[in-house]
Amino acid sequence: MSIFCILLRRELGAYFLNLTGYVIIAAVALLTGLSFVVLLQNLGSGPSPMPVTEMFYRTYFFWLIVLLVSPVITMRLYALEKASGTFETLTTTPVGDVQIVASKFVAAQIFYLFAWLPLVACLLIVRHFTQQNAGLDAGTAGGMALGIGLTGSLFLSLGCFASSLSRSQVAAAMISFGLGVSLFSLGFLAAALPATSEWQNQALAYFGLFEQMHDFARGVVDTRTVVFYVSATFFFLFLTLRVVESRRWK
Amino acid sequence: MIQVSNLTKRYAGRTAVDDISFTVERGEIVGLLGPNGAGKSTTMRVLSGFMPATSGTVRVAGLDVFHDSDAVRRRIGYMPENNPLYPEMRVREYLKFRARIKGLGWRQSRARVTTVMEQCGLADVGRRVIGQLSKGYKQRVGLADALVHDPELIILDEPTIGLDPQQIRSVRALIKSLGGRHTVLISTHILPEVEMMCGRVLIMLGGRVLASDTPENLQRRMAGGNQIIAEIAAPENELRTMFESLPEVESFNLSPGEGDYFRCALTPQAGSDLRPIIYQLAREKNWSLRELTRSRHTLEDIYMQVTQPATEEGE
Repeated sequence: MSIFCILLRRELGAYFLNLTGYVIIAAVALLTGLSFVVLLQNLGSGPSPMPVTEMFYRTYFFWLIVLLVSPVITMRLYALEKASGTFETLTTTPVGDVQIVASKFVAAQIFYLFAWLPLVACLLIVRHFTQQNAGLDAGTAGGMALGIGLTGSLFLSLGCFASSLSRSQVAAAMISFGLGVSLFSLGFLAAALPATSEWQNQALAYFGLFEQMHDFARGVVDTRTVVFYVSATFFFLFLTLRVVESRRWK
Repeated sequence: MIQVSNLTKRYAGRTAVDDISFTVERGEIVGLLGPNGAGKSTTMRVLSGFMPATSGTVRVAGLDVFHDSDAVRRRIGYMPENNPLYPEMRVREYLKFRARIKGLGWRQSRARVTTVMEQCGLADVGRRVIGQLSKGYKQRVGLADALVHDPELIILDEPTIGLDPQQIRSVRALIKSLGGRHTVLISTHILPEVEMMCGRVLIMLGGRVLASDTPENLQRRMAGGNQIIAEIAAPENELRTMFESLPEVESFNLSPGEGDYFRCALTPQAGSDLRPIIYQLAREKNWSLRELTRSRHTLEDIYMQVTQPATEEGE
């Protein structure tokens, strides 16, 4: 456990002691700010039946952050270490591969959530100036936070996997972006397909990230969705672990 | 300490290390000598447990590097080629991080980091960011990292590459001081370096170990090809008759130097040292002698000799 904490500290240090980390934070703040502008326009144009969080998620910038930023956050995790050779110094210490994979993922997740912090400020501003508690309650805010965390962990685990495959950070980012967009589009496939068989649609519905996030933003937390996200995250982390271990049998 | 038997490592379509065997005793400083692509780094990577061998076994302190990987990694301090470091970390912070992940406790790691920083001359740069250090300092940080958990076996892949002469000297002195207490395996392609530091040399070429001996023995084996240069002021014909009459001189070559001096390039018979003989003769005949040197063998000479033993012996 203590080795995990030491590795986690180093990984977090790599994010926060680097210019790249702050560029990512600035980019997320910009996108959050843009969706805030859209939100204010919507609020100004007339009364709305939706909670504020749902309106936030409806702006396209929200998905842009999820799809675009997670590959950028995760691309350096393995690719940079492999390219610079520090992966060799890391794996020739008595540190376990599980600890390496876990610490990198958790650091990425913490950094990702940190980058989302401006959203809290946006929501508080809306609440302060509208002076309406109905638009933003603990339930919807909590659901939104959970949704952001879970979609984040799915896409970040995907990014970890992509980064472990390559020595090039650009390639890693492109692989995880490609996989992420594919996964995201899978949900729309269900609507496009004719309802020939029930099970196909049901299976595809699990991948309806857009719809699931909609639920989260309204404060509806479905256990099936949570289980889906958590298990998909573990699946990709397991694949990452396999890739990291693969050097032992190559 | 190290037992390598029939180690082979193949990459896709290329054999990097081809059925090599050697042993290293505890406390020895052994140099792996060879040109680029000879398989030195691959051997070291297998030894450090980074990569598995395609076939053959490698044991460190009696433990198999593949099956008891964890226990072996605890006993090894490894500095890879090009000395990779985390550039955003500070020197002390980095060494402490490395000490901790190598299994040292908090208190213990503090003490060890202070010790190795003194040992490697890093005491003044502890708070500097690694990325901004000069190459020499970075190299020392890498060395300090390899030493920080006080390992039994230290593996250094080209530890002096890219350093200036002053830094090379201090690194060599440091490595030399490690012998006895630690077992050290270093790789290099600089022969004088091996002579200065190592008790034994393994010459690798094309994935094979071609020779394994002490530097002195290797030099002696090369003595047949050695040349002695002497500058003597004497009449040319007298010099000629003298060299022809000496049984230790296999062949010689005279060329006129400045003034009365002649530059004599002498090839001695294998195993003999001509220098005292020349000096004695010059003193007896009262000739003035202003230079007497043995031209040292370069790595290339040794390669030539080691890689073509059949043609050499056939002559």
